Amino acid sequence: MSAVLQLDDVAIHFGGVQAVAGVSLAVEGGEFVGLIGPNGAGKTTLIRIIAGLLRPDRGRVMLAGADVTNAPTATRVRRGLALTHQVVRPFREMTVLDNVVLAAGIEHTSSPLRALLSINRRRESERAAEILASVGLAGTERKLAGALPLGQLKRLELARGLAVDPKVILLDEPLAGLNHTEASKQAETIADVHRRGLAVVLVEHNLEEVMRNCRRLVVLNNGQVIGDGEPRTVMADPVVHDAYVGSGMVRHAEA
Amino acid sequence: MSAYGISLVSIAGINVILAVSLNIISGFCGQISLGHAAFFGAGAYAAALTMIATANVPLALLAALIMGCALGIVVGFASLRVRSDFLAVTTIGVNFLFVGFVRKQGWLGGEMGISGIPATGLGATGNAILIVVLACLAIAFSLYMSRSWMGFAFRAVGEDESAAATLGINAGAYKLAAFGVGTALAGLAGALYTFFTQFITVDSFDFVFSVMLLAMVVIGGVGSTWGVAVAAVGLTLLPEAIRFVNDYRLLVFGGLLVLVIRLAPGGLAALTRNLFARGKQV
Repeated sequence: MSAVLQLDDVAIHFGGVQAVAGVSLAVEGGEFVGLIGPNGAGKTTLIRIIAGLLRPDRGRVMLAGADVTNAPTATRVRRGLALTHQVVRPFREMTVLDNVVLAAGIEHTSSPLRALLSINRRRESERAAEILASVGLAGTERKLAGALPLGQLKRLELARGLAVDPKVILLDEPLAGLNHTEASKQAETIADVHRRGLAVVLVEHNLEEVMRNCRRLVVLNNGQVIGDGEPRTVMADPVVHDAYVGSGMVRHAEA
Repeated sequence: MSAYGISLVSIAGINVILAVSLNIISGFCGQISLGHAAFFGAGAYAAALTMIATANVPLALLAALIMGCALGIVVGFASLRVRSDFLAVTTIGVNFLFVGFVRKQGWLGGEMGISGIPATGLGATGNAILIVVLACLAIAFSLYMSRSWMGFAFRAVGEDESAAATLGINAGAYKLAAFGVGTALAGLAGALYTFFTQFITVDSFDFVFSVMLLAMVVIGGVGSTWGVAVAAVGLTLLPEAIRFVNDYRLLVFGGLLVLVIRLAPGGLAALTRNLFARGKQV
């Protein structure tokens, strides 16, 4: 089976800084991959390249076998990539349900003409309600998204990602800003998502939750992959260990 | 109905089409346009030339529609490149460019405008009926659009383009569609105006008129088809009913605009909604 998300020797520089220096990575269908690295390792840049917000200087980005290196974000989403932002971006003026219905209607919105000729939303509304229930947002459907607290907005972001029916979902710090209880509930929901067969790429500072859930850990440092494999083995690697010395993250994870 | 009454109905109908079409661009899709009069004018001139050449009414309507739409898509491309505040400035520029360009073109009548445009043969009443029917169709189309997936996607694009992209919505295509549809309707209104007056000068399509159209949208309630249509009729009739308003038209419209933005940002539509909501509670 071919990889759902594949990076071939991707590199980008900003001025004199080589932010990403030749990263190759293949995520297979149904995998749960944690992507970590100290601050400045190039995680955010790499996410932006995968999302289509930055064009790499060299290398290729492939989604389910198709080259999307030069494709805009919307095209990538249509090819099976779902994204959640670190800073939540709901449509605040819409209801929670409508936020998800719009994502579920991705077939209808493929072109403006198609969108103009479609009006029925019943099927999408039903699906959106199911997805909202599955991420623990049942009962909030009629509220305006802008009225939800951060913990629920993070769930809404996840629900919208699921509603586009992706092959792989890229979660950018889905636990950031949540308290301990909320974070472990959210991590549980993400684990559920993975159990349903979706490939998950989790970029997260909360190493504890990453170690608990991921089957594979990829460590970035100075724009390069310095570790890739079974999480415990990777964390035990002296190179990875060195990269984290001083950040205190390893000790936190071991505790 | 008196000739005066018929002309009032005609102008109100044309303004309804203009306000509803601007609402598609600025209300549904969130793209501020302060140059809507330019597309109205482009349609009017296209219809005038077509009528002089062929005296064919459906052809003139079609030419106006296409001219408005083509110019709108060109300007729409600017909306892909600039942020919303710059888009407002860009569209003002388009309006001034249009007026400045037409003034210097002999074949468009220059300063003197185009006169002696052949009549449609429908008579003043027939023209007015055509205008009212098309205004009703424009309202119906706008209501349908806002309920369709297109209106749904427009709201997303208007609120947050990059969030829309993560739902697979190509914001650029939707912005172009909003401009294309909105300006095509403005062009159509231009043809109706040409049929109505049989004489056009470029002064009728200046920036001040664009601001008046935006005032209709804001006062009616940004995004509300009914609110905008009612405001268009009201703001057309008000200067006729009250002499003071006619003499100080810009002052009154400007004052109303400021009052609405300050006190009732949702416009007439939100005021009515609130009134009904309060009524239900009692």
